[in-house]
Amino acid sequence: MARVDEPLPPADEEIAAEPAISPDVAISPQLMAGSVSEYLKVSFARIRAGETGVLPVVGGLLLVSILFQLLNSEFLTARNLVNLLVQAAVVSVLAMGEIYALLLGEIDLSIGFVAGIGGLVVAEAVKPTVGWEWWIAILVGLLATAAIGALQGTLITRIGLPSFVVTLAGLLFWQGVMLKVLVNGGSILVSDNIINDITAGNLTPAAGWAVMFVVVGIFGVMTWRRDARRRAAGLVAPPPTFTAIKIAAALAGGVAIVLLCNVNRGLIRPIRGVPWVVVVVFVVLAAWSFVLGRTRFGRYIYAIGGNAEAARRAGINLPLIRTAAFALCSFTAGIAGVIYISRLQSISTALEGGNLVLYAVAAAVIGGTSLFGGRGKALHGVLGGLVIAAIVNGMGLLGFSAPAQQVVTALVLLAAVTIDALARRGSRATGR
Amino acid sequence: MRPEQPAGAPTGAAEPLLRLRGIGKNFGPVQALVGVDLDVPAGQVTALAGDNGAGKSVLIKCIAGIHAPDSGQMWWEGREVHIRTPRDSAGLGIETVYQDLALCDNLDIVQNMFLGRERHRSVVLDEESMEFSAKETLASLSVTTVRSIRQPVASLSGGQRQSVAIARAVLWNTKLVIMDEPTAALGVSQTAQVLALVRRLAEKGLAVLLVSHNMNDVFEVADRVAVLRLGHMVAEKPAPELDTQIVVDYMTTGTSSRAPDRSSEG
Repeated sequence: MARVDEPLPPADEEIAAEPAISPDVAISPQLMAGSVSEYLKVSFARIRAGETGVLPVVGGLLLVSILFQLLNSEFLTARNLVNLLVQAAVVSVLAMGEIYALLLGEIDLSIGFVAGIGGLVVAEAVKPTVGWEWWIAILVGLLATAAIGALQGTLITRIGLPSFVVTLAGLLFWQGVMLKVLVNGGSILVSDNIINDITAGNLTPAAGWAVMFVVVGIFGVMTWRRDARRRAAGLVAPPPTFTAIKIAAALAGGVAIVLLCNVNRGLIRPIRGVPWVVVVVFVVLAAWSFVLGRTRFGRYIYAIGGNAEAARRAGINLPLIRTAAFALCSFTAGIAGVIYISRLQSISTALEGGNLVLYAVAAAVIGGTSLFGGRGKALHGVLGGLVIAAIVNGMGLLGFSAPAQQVVTALVLLAAVTIDALARRGSRATGR
Repeated sequence: MRPEQPAGAPTGAAEPLLRLRGIGKNFGPVQALVGVDLDVPAGQVTALAGDNGAGKSVLIKCIAGIHAPDSGQMWWEGREVHIRTPRDSAGLGIETVYQDLALCDNLDIVQNMFLGRERHRSVVLDEESMEFSAKETLASLSVTTVRSIRQPVASLSGGQRQSVAIARAVLWNTKLVIMDEPTAALGVSQTAQVLALVRRLAEKGLAVLLVSHNMNDVFEVADRVAVLRLGHMVAEKPAPELDTQIVVDYMTTGTSSRAPDRSSEG
């Protein structure tokens, strides 16, 4: 029976006092500062207040790189760094998928084996006896994983089961399906050249430059026009110098990656150029950054993660958005699965889906995505994936065993979660 | 008296924006509201007072479309209406600011104000247009204490959060704003800030229905006071005819020997 009494009157005390820190600390710095020096000052204030953004993960990446370079001069060679980019791809893409679940304040434990299912479907479809075109195979594989995500999302949202349990069941179920299809210890070789070239093939050096300039050009024009339009309309916008610095930084990053990849890294015959998989990771990053940052769907994911009840009262269709987010999470895992079979040129029962998903969660959190929902970006998955790949790669160079790599990865994860928790404590002091 | 005014409705000097007559609501055997009459005129603040369990929340939920009343009639701008869902209520121009404000801490002020009703060009959010409107609305309400409308709501003080929730409610061509205990969690200066904002809404011609326990707040902003007791409307009078002691009498006993009248009805 419904209650008819009024809610208890709140205690007559100030539960929401003035923020402990000055409000301008909490504002995105480029929206506040009038000049670049002011911007840097505000940024520094934000860092001290716990609003660290991607700074810890970028700092961590630099630290790890310097450390490994000091211990083994092979680490910062072009050959090893490009290899590292390729190694990071699977975990980075998986992490970008996991971020959809984490932003909702949920978790998806199944995506390691869902990625395996995606890879399995593609591998089966391009087998010589089946002989589908590579792109039809990939399309079907990705649709299959998206359907798995939609199914799991439906169980979570319509029946109201905890995502932890549903996706744990998914982890076991899809592992079982893989073992059943591949028979114990079996594997399927992938002989399709295009699928194998996703990780083994490279753009020609000239094509690498062209692609990079087009991408940075589009980014630069869009960023400049947007900021200029906001300045013209009298809305909060970064100063032109900062816009220019942002575009220059993107250009410098692009030039660095292309220069690095265009160095000959072959030992026997020359190998140079940007690996295709780097382009794939950038496409996923750009697409999911757009979806999360510029569309209503993305906005609703953040709103649900921030305050689901507020989102519901605002008229947002929670079950629909949540289910779609889980579907996108699994869809992205399917992309990771295609990259996985491309690297191994096969799919087998040796796939460690449980480890993969934990690495994906770790990568997202190391990158700066909150486990508690509402805070995170696709970029965090890529950066976190790079940190994990750097640790595995660097320790491998130093001759450490897989168990030691896991121990160090675990410590880095703990450090990242600690930073997240401390940042949250810092922002709780401001009323968050 | 207007010719289109329905028979049976009491006459008044001016047609109120919202008129309730004989509203009843039962939850099983529990009578939450019994024959409640209420007028909410435009451009005025109507305070709704009552003890815990008097039916204040049920009444505002009936107006907001969360509960459908079991009996009684509602007139909106002189026209009989049936509010069955929150969408019906929003369609008429009724917005409710609940006690918990329903803001997303991780989103900024503009994002919160437009949540669920974002403007967009094809699939891309139209941030400029939303930011512009949010800025205009906040300026029109003289909410000037926030530094940037792009700061996350988490960084705002309690009074500022309340201001954002109210500004969100008036963004939509709203005619009636219902507020549930807007000052309950606030300190002295922030309460003053929010009450000033409530007055400004009325001066802009909106109707405000304010649910409050706090008699100081009620008498500071209200033009009219309605008192509920155990589901019955026991008094509905202009604020100057009442004082705190009279309202407390009505809330606790249903009558007041101090009041010039036993009841507003008749």
